Amino acid sequence: MKTFLLRRILFAIPLIVVVTFITKSMLVLAPGSYLDSLYGTPGISQEFIERQKRFHHLDTENVFERYWFWFWPAMRGDFGYSFRYRASVWGLIGERVVNTLMLTGAALIFSWGLAIPLGVLAAVRRNSWADRVCSFISFFGLSIPSVFFSLLMIMLAAKSGMFPVGSMRSAYWDELNAWGRFLDLLWHLALPTVVLGTISLAQYMRQMRSEMIETLSQDFIRTARAKGLSQSRIVWRHAVPNAINPLVTLFGFSLAFLLAGALITEYVFAWPGLGTLVYESLVNKDEPMVMAAVTMLVLMLVAGNLIADLLLALIDPRIRLE
Amino acid sequence: MAETVAQIHPLVESARSRGGLSPSQIIWRKLGRNRAAMFGLYTLIALYAAALLAPFLAPYSYTDADTKLPFYPPMIARIHLFDEEGRLSRPFVYGIKPEDNELKTYSDDRSVKYPIRFFVRGDEYRILWIIPSKIHLFGVERPGRIFLFGSDQLGRDIFSRILYGAQISLTIGIVGIIISTIIGVVVGGVAGYFGGVTDFLLMRGVEVLLALPSLYFILIMRQMFASDASSTSVYMIIVLILAFIGWATEARVIRGMVLSIKEREYVIAARALGLGHWRIITRHILPNTLSFVIVTATLSVPFYILGEVALSFLGAGIQEPEASWGNMLTAAQNLWYLQAFPWMVTPGFFIFIAVMAWNFLGDGLRDAADPRTIS
Repeated sequence: MKTFLLRRILFAIPLIVVVTFITKSMLVLAPGSYLDSLYGTPGISQEFIERQKRFHHLDTENVFERYWFWFWPAMRGDFGYSFRYRASVWGLIGERVVNTLMLTGAALIFSWGLAIPLGVLAAVRRNSWADRVCSFISFFGLSIPSVFFSLLMIMLAAKSGMFPVGSMRSAYWDELNAWGRFLDLLWHLALPTVVLGTISLAQYMRQMRSEMIETLSQDFIRTARAKGLSQSRIVWRHAVPNAINPLVTLFGFSLAFLLAGALITEYVFAWPGLGTLVYESLVNKDEPMVMAAVTMLVLMLVAGNLIADLLLALIDPRIRLE
Repeated sequence: MAETVAQIHPLVESARSRGGLSPSQIIWRKLGRNRAAMFGLYTLIALYAAALLAPFLAPYSYTDADTKLPFYPPMIARIHLFDEEGRLSRPFVYGIKPEDNELKTYSDDRSVKYPIRFFVRGDEYRILWIIPSKIHLFGVERPGRIFLFGSDQLGRDIFSRILYGAQISLTIGIVGIIISTIIGVVVGGVAGYFGGVTDFLLMRGVEVLLALPSLYFILIMRQMFASDASSTSVYMIIVLILAFIGWATEARVIRGMVLSIKEREYVIAARALGLGHWRIITRHILPNTLSFVIVTATLSVPFYILGEVALSFLGAGIQEPEASWGNMLTAAQNLWYLQAFPWMVTPGFFIFIAVMAWNFLGDGLRDAADPRTIS
C-alpha cells in the first residue's frame, strides 16, 4: 500500500513537469504579453514597463529559461503574483479551486447517484419502458452540447423564476445564517450541476447497464437464484458489486472530463471557478495565473486517479495495491 | 496470401459459411437493419447536402443584414396558405411593420403580400465554389423579407446563417477526424508493431494527452496564434488544435489491435517471407484494423464538432461576420436576448441533431462491425 502510494506520487511528478512545461512553452510562443497592453497608458512610463518586463523575465523568449524562472520558485511554493490582480496567485486561486471542486463534486454525486440505480434498473428490466426511458436519457445526454444545454437551462430559469440565472450567491448572502447559506448555495448549484452531470450520467448509465447485463448472465447468479435468494438480494449483493468495478476505473477519467467540461458550464453560469479564471487569465495574458491554475488542474486529476485506484482496491478484495 | 487471410479473419470465415458475402457486405447488411443507425445516416446525408448547397438553399447571404429588422421572430409558422377570403393561394407572407423600436416588436403589415417564389434571383454566389449563379431555392421580392427561423441582433437571417454555419461546423468534424486518424494509425501502428522503447515513449506521450483537461489546452494552444488571422487560417488552426488533442484516443485503440494482430500466423508468415516492416504494417496489419478505425473515427466526430462550437462560443474560434454554429450562440448569452428572443438558440438544435446522428451511426457501425453479433 505504502509502496503503491509512493510509486504513484513519483509517477505524477514527471506528468506535472511535462504538462506545465508544455503550457509554459505555449504561453511563451503566444504573441504579446500582459505588459504590452500597458503601452500608451497615461501615467505609466516606458522605462517602468521595460523594468517590469525584466523583473518578470518577460524579456527572454527562451522557453527553458522562462520555465526555469517559473519552476524554481514554484517548487518552493511561490507561484508569483498575478499581473492583473496584483496579488499573490495563491490567495486568488484557493477560493476558485474550492468553487470548482464544489461544482464538480455536485456533478459527480448527481451523475453517479443516478447512473448506478438507473443502469441497474435498465439492465434488470431489459426492454421495458424503464429501459427505453434510460436509453433515451443516455442518448440525449451524450449528444446535447453543454453550451446549448446551459443556455436552455438559463432560459428556463429566467422564464420560470424558480432558479437563479447565474453566479454563485444571492445578493443577500451576507444576511443569511449558516443553514440559509447552505440552501442558497444548493439553489445556485442546481442548474450547473444538472448541465455538467448529464453527460457523465449518460455515459455511466450505459456502461452500468451493459456490465450488469453481462454479470446477470453468469453462473454464480444462476446459483444464487437456485438457492432461492430474493431478487433484490441477487441484484444488490451479488450482481452490482461485480458489475461496478469497470465503472470505478472510469472515475479518474470522469474527473478529468468534468473539470474540462466545467469550463463551459462555469462560463455560461458565471460560476467563479477555475474555468472562468483560466479563461479570463488567458484573455488578459496573465501568465502566472494560468500556470498556477493548470498546475492545480493536473494535481486534481492525479488525485482523482489515485482516489479511483484506492476505491477499487477498497471495494474489490481481489485487487491488491503493491 | 489471400487464402491465409480468409482462413483467419472471423468475418471472412462467417461470410463463407453464409454464402460468400464479403465482410463489408455483412457490415452493410447489419447496419441496414439498425433503424437508429440508418436514421443517423440519412440525417447526416441531409445535413451535409444542405451544407454543400448552402448558398443555393439560403435565401440570403450570411452577411446580408437588415439593420431595421433585428430580432424578427421566426416566420416558419406564419407562412399563409389562405388569403383573407379563405381561398387557397400560393404561399405568401405579409409585410413587416415595426411596432416598438426599444422592445423590438413587430406586427404584420396586411396591406402588402409577398408570395414565396421558387428559384428566384438574389445575391450572387458560386455553386460548389466554381460556377457563378444567382438562383436561390426560394425567396420573396424586396423590400419583403423571409426569416424562416427569425433574424438575429443585426437583422441577419438565422436560417441562412445556419446553412452557411453548417459548412464550417460540420466539415470541421470530417477534416479533423481525417488528420487525427492518420496520426493515430501511424503512431498506434508503429508503437504496437515495434514495441519496446518506441512503444513505451509513444504511449507515455499518449497518456499525457489523455490526462489533459482538453478544453483548457485547446484554449491555451489557441493563444499561440494571432487572433486576427483570416477566417480560412482560423479554421485550419482550430482543426489542427483539435486533431492534436484528438489523435491520442485513436492511437491507443490501434496500438491495442496491432499488438494482437502481429502475433497472428499470417503476419509471422509475412515476416518469414522476408517482407519489410513498412510493408507488413501497411499491407498486412493496418488493413485488418480498418473496421475499428472507422468505428472510432465515427464516434469521435462529435468531439470535433463540439470543440469548434465551444471555441467559437468563447470567442476564440470562427469570428464574425463568418457564421458558425458556435459563434451564433455567443449572442444568446445575453439574458435579455435569451428571454425575449428565444429563437436565438436555434443553432443549438442543429448541433444537437448533428451530434446525435453521428452517435447513432457510430453505435450502429460498432455493433455491425462486431463479429460476435450475428444478426
